[in-house]
Amino acid sequence: MAVCIAVIAKENYPLYIRSTPTENELKFHYMVHTSLDVVDEKISAMGKALVDQRELYLGLLYPTEDYKVYGYVTNSKVKFVMVVDSSNTALRDNEIRSMFRKLHNSYTDVMCNPFYNPGDRIQSSPGGPYFLCPYPVQVGPTSCVRSSPGGPYSCVRSSPGEPYSLCPIQSRAFDNMVTSMMIQVC
Amino acid sequence: MADTVLFEFLHTEMVAELWAHDPDPGSGVSAGSRGEEVGATTGQKMSLSVLESMGFRVGQALGERLPRETLAFREELDVLKFLCKDLWVAVFQKQMDSLRTNHQGTYVLQDNSFPLLLPMASGLQYLEEAPKFLAFTCGLLRGALCTLGIESVVTASVAALPVCKFQVLIPKS
Repeated sequence: MAVCIAVIAKENYPLYIRSTPTENELKFHYMVHTSLDVVDEKISAMGKALVDQRELYLGLLYPTEDYKVYGYVTNSKVKFVMVVDSSNTALRDNEIRSMFRKLHNSYTDVMCNPFYNPGDRIQSSPGGPYFLCPYPVQVGPTSCVRSSPGGPYSCVRSSPGEPYSLCPIQSRAFDNMVTSMMIQVC
Repeated sequence: MADTVLFEFLHTEMVAELWAHDPDPGSGVSAGSRGEEVGATTGQKMSLSVLESMGFRVGQALGERLPRETLAFREELDVLKFLCKDLWVAVFQKQMDSLRTNHQGTYVLQDNSFPLLLPMASGLQYLEEAPKFLAFTCGLLRGALCTLGIESVVTASVAALPVCKFQVLIPKS
């Protein structure tokens, strides 16, 4: 049950940051920001170690009284930071590892998405790149697919009564993965 | 068995399609001292850079997907070895034949039977057509290096088909 998940680019700016209690987001942003120093420390410490002992999962970065912060770095120096609730003692290390592995796989899929430019923010809200889907597709509980009269393409409607809007479909996969991690342990 | 040729066919069509939109020499034709065309025209340079940038984007995605599980790159040479072994095997089902370096940031990767040139000819036939078939692969190498944190300039040269050399220049910072 992650409380906050962040993806930081190798130049140390956030590509994606989301926390579940949406009030007080700034506290989590600050926590992630301070954890970057610990991540850099761990990476440089690992640089001096032998090749076999270097791995992507960095482990517990630092604990606070309410939260614990875990880190993971990929080969392309993209960092994942996860903040979990301290009260949730049932979370074991290998569960955190598997959550990070899933996050890494989702991030790799985002990278392979042709509509994603490397270095951009990962977003699935309206404001990202749009495209028309030529065949009906289910995108989420609040949207439905209609075919526009007289047109060969169908568009996605964001909610009943609103004019037709186009939504990016592929980048929702990353968002959904993060949502599932916040609801339950994967 | 058919998987290996799928990419080769797609690549051939990509090159043919991009070149087809540039039938006449553009306004950038430069005449040499003997009054003949020297070098590529602007239209052809555009097509080459489009091919290279396509390869770059693919290389960026591959550079993210292929290295897995271990943070194995301690230095530049390890990254280049990864390109020669894992990347080349993933894309062309064979390893690079030789990797040479001067340890000053210049690496020469040589492939003695480059799969994209193999079906074309063996020897000096079509030598002047070969560079456009290498642009995508140059971009691929540059993109993979970029994801792994190395800014570079990649060029390719062909002396005789299907042997080709990719030169990777990593500027010292």
